[in-house]
Amino acid sequence: MARQDPKKDVVIVGLGWTGAILGMELAEEGLEILALERGPGRETVPELRYPEMIDELSYGERHKLMLSPRQSTVTIRRNLQETARPMRKWGSFLLGNGVGGSGVHWNGQTWRPQPVEMQLRSHIRENWGEEIIPEDMTIGDYPVTYDELEPCFDRFERVAGISGIAGNINGEIREGGNPFEGRRSRDYPMPPLPLTWNGVKFSEAARAMGYHPFPRPGGNASTSYVNEYGMQMGACNFCGFCERYGCYQYSKSSPQTTILAALFRKPNFSHRSGAEVLRVEMAPDRRSATGVTWFDEEAGEEVFQPADIVILAAYQIENTRLMLLSGIGEPYDPVSGTGTTGKNYAYQITGSTSLFFRDEHFNPFVGSGVNGACIDDFGMNAIDFGAEGFIGGAYISSAQTNGQPIRSMPLPDDTPQWGAGWKSAIAEWYGHEMSISHHGSVMSYRGHYCDLDPTYRDRHGRPLMRITFNWHPNELRLNDFLRGKIETLAAAMQPDLVSHSYKEEGAQYDVRPYQTTHNTGGTIMAATPEGGPLNRYLQAWDKHNVFAMGAGAFVQNTQYNPTGLVGGLAYWAADAIRRQYLPNPGPLV
Amino acid sequence: MSAPPPHQALRPARRRFLQVSAASLAFAGLWPGSPEGQTLPPLTEHPREFFTEGEWAFVLAAVARLIPTGGDGPGAIEARVPVFIDRELAGDFGTAANWYMEGPHDAGAPPELGWQSPLSPARLWRQGIAAFDDWCRAEHGSAFADLVPAIQDQALTALEDAEVPLPPELRDFFEVMLANTKEGYLSDPIHGGNHGMRAWVHIGFPGARAQYRDWIGRHNVPYPLGPVSISGERA
Repeated sequence: MARQDPKKDVVIVGLGWTGAILGMELAEEGLEILALERGPGRETVPELRYPEMIDELSYGERHKLMLSPRQSTVTIRRNLQETARPMRKWGSFLLGNGVGGSGVHWNGQTWRPQPVEMQLRSHIRENWGEEIIPEDMTIGDYPVTYDELEPCFDRFERVAGISGIAGNINGEIREGGNPFEGRRSRDYPMPPLPLTWNGVKFSEAARAMGYHPFPRPGGNASTSYVNEYGMQMGACNFCGFCERYGCYQYSKSSPQTTILAALFRKPNFSHRSGAEVLRVEMAPDRRSATGVTWFDEEAGEEVFQPADIVILAAYQIENTRLMLLSGIGEPYDPVSGTGTTGKNYAYQITGSTSLFFRDEHFNPFVGSGVNGACIDDFGMNAIDFGAEGFIGGAYISSAQTNGQPIRSMPLPDDTPQWGAGWKSAIAEWYGHEMSISHHGSVMSYRGHYCDLDPTYRDRHGRPLMRITFNWHPNELRLNDFLRGKIETLAAAMQPDLVSHSYKEEGAQYDVRPYQTTHNTGGTIMAATPEGGPLNRYLQAWDKHNVFAMGAGAFVQNTQYNPTGLVGGLAYWAADAIRRQYLPNPGPLV
Repeated sequence: MSAPPPHQALRPARRRFLQVSAASLAFAGLWPGSPEGQTLPPLTEHPREFFTEGEWAFVLAAVARLIPTGGDGPGAIEARVPVFIDRELAGDFGTAANWYMEGPHDAGAPPELGWQSPLSPARLWRQGIAAFDDWCRAEHGSAFADLVPAIQDQALTALEDAEVPLPPELRDFFEVMLANTKEGYLSDPIHGGNHGMRAWVHIGFPGARAQYRDWIGRHNVPYPLGPVSISGERA
C-alpha cells in the first residue's frame, strides 16, 4: 500500500525550465506547490563548480549530468516493420536529469519561431495550395499565433537573460539583427556577445554574397544582469565548456541562475529530488486527475501525492510516456490515424562543412555556448516551397562553442583514424578549422510517433517510450538545398581544404552520432480534441486539471532550437491558469 | 592481405619484454618537472585494476600502434594511456553501470540502432582481446603483442575493416578500443592518461584554463599560454 502525503494545490512533475517557471508563477498566487524531480538536486556550488566541471571525459563523453539510461531510456525503430531496440547509451540526443533539467547542460541558443511556422498549413495553402503537401505529412497550424505569444517570448527572454540584437522591433527592420524574424516589442535584455574569428570571416563572406549576417542570440550573459525575480547573472568568460556542462560562473541561463534560488525562498513552494513520478491518478469519472503516484528514492517506496492541479513539466519524451501510461488522451494509431497522444513526433536535421585554413588561428577552445554568426536568408518565410520541392527552412551559422579535443577534432578527408598520420594531423589541424552548418526544420508525418514499447521496461516495470522515426525525402531535399548554399559560401572563403558531413539521399536515421536534443511532438496542442491531446492553453482536453508543458506541444518542429518557444508557451499556459483556470476550474476551451 | 611466414612475424618473447620495459622506463615514469612522475612505476609494473598480465601485454602493444611513439608529440605509451583504459574498465564505464542493459539483446541489429551487445565495455575488451589474439595466432602465428609492428598494423587494419571474423556482440571492439585510446590521450590527467599534459601541448589545447575573456577579441592570434589541469599541474 502506497504512502499518502498531505494534499497540495499543485504538483509539478519535473523541475527544469518549465517546472521552475510554472512553480514561480503559481507560487505568486499563494498556492501550496510541490515539485517532484526524478534526478538529483543541483546547485552551481558545489555540483557545477570549477575546476571539477572542466572535465571533458566525465561530462562530455560519459554524460555525468544526463539521465542514466539504466534509470530510463527509449527504444527506437525507423519504420513500423522494424523491431525497436533500446538506446542503451546516449547518442543522437542526450536526455537531461536532475534539478534544472536540460537547462543546466544546454548551450543556451534561444530563438523564437517565425510567425509563418506557427500557422504553417495556412501559409502553404494561401501561397501554393495544399496540394504541395506530401500525402503522409501531418503538419497543421498551432492553435495560437506568434502575435498572441509575443509578450510571453519577451517575458521568457527577460527572465532567462538572453543576449542578442533585434532585427525587427514593431515592424522596423534594424541593421545588424535578423531581418527575417517576427516582430519584437523591444530589444533583447542584453547586447550580443562578441564573435570569434570564424564568425567574423563568415559574416564578411555572407555579406559579400548579399546575405544578412547577425550574431546568434542566446542565454549566455554578455554583461552582468538582474532579472525580475532578483536573480543575478555574471558576464560570460568564454570558457569553452558549455553544452553538456553546468556553468561554473553563473553566466549561462538556467533554472539555477535565473529562477530557482528565488523560488526556493517561497514558503509555499517545496520540492523533492530522487522523486520519479510513475503515473497520474484519475478520479473515478476519469475527467480529472486526483494527483500523482511517485517513487521515493530515499524511502524506497511509492507515494500518492494528492493535488488539485497536475503540471507535467518533464521532457517531451517523459511527458508523452506519462500521458500514455495514465490514459490522458487516446493513444495515437499510425495505421488508422486516430487517437492523439504520441502523434507528430519530430526532430531536427543538421549538416556541416569544415573549412581548413593552414595559416590561420581560430583558438577553438575560446567561445560561449551561443557563439556564432548566422544568416536566416534560407528560413521558412524566405523559401519558395512550390519552386524548391520541399517544405522547410533552416538557419545557417558558423559556430565555435565547445572546442574540446576528444569530441571536437575535425580533420581533412582521407586523414588516417590512427597511427602516425593521425598523430601528426591533430597537431597540424587542431585550431586551424572553422565550420559552417545548418539547423533545419523537420515536419510531422503519419508514421512518426511515440507509443509504449511492447517489450522493454524500466526498473519500475513500466514500458519504455518507443519512438518510430526516420529521415523523410522532404527533409533530405531541404538538406541537399542547404548543402548547396553552404558549399558556395565555403568556396568563396577560399580555405586550403574542406570536408563535408551531410546526410545523403536515402539516409536512414542513425542513433549513434550526437545530432540534437530537439525532440518534439507527442503531446501536441490543437484547436480540437481530434487534433491533439492538449488545447491551446496546454490543458488536456479530457482531464481539465492536467497541463503539459514543453516541446511535446509542437505541432511540427520549427527550424530553430526549441527553448524559446518552450519558454514562451510555459508563460502563456501559466497566464491562462492564473487568469482563467484558478477563478473557474474547468475546460478553458 | 598476405601474411608473412610465422617465423618472420614473430618477435622473440624476451625482446618484446625488454622493449616494453624500456619504453615504460624511458617515457612513463620520468617526466621532467612532474614531481609525481618520479615515483610512477613503469607501465609493466603498474598495479592493474582490471587487465590480466596477458591482456596488459596486448594493451601496451595495441595502443603503441594506434598512437605510436616518435615524431612530434607523445605516443600512447608516454601518455600512459593504458593506465587510463585499465581504470576506466574497472569503473562505471567498464561495467556499463549507467547503461540500459536489460534483454532481449539483438547484437546483430542494424548498426544504426546503436549498442545492442549484451556485453559491457569491460567484457567487450576482454572477449575482444581473446578473439583477436586467436585470429592473430591463426593468421600470423603469434599473439598480437608478439608480432612485429608492421604486422601489428596489418592486423589492426583488418580488425578495423571487419575482416577479422568476430561474433556480432564483439562487432564494436576496434571502435571502442580506438575511442578509449584517444580518450586516454586527450582527457585530463586526473583520469590516468595524458601524462604531463603532453598531448595537449602537442595540439595547443590549454586544458582547464576555462577563462578567455582577454582573448575573445584577439582574432587570428595564437593563444600564448600552455595547459593547466584540474589538479593544478602546469605544462
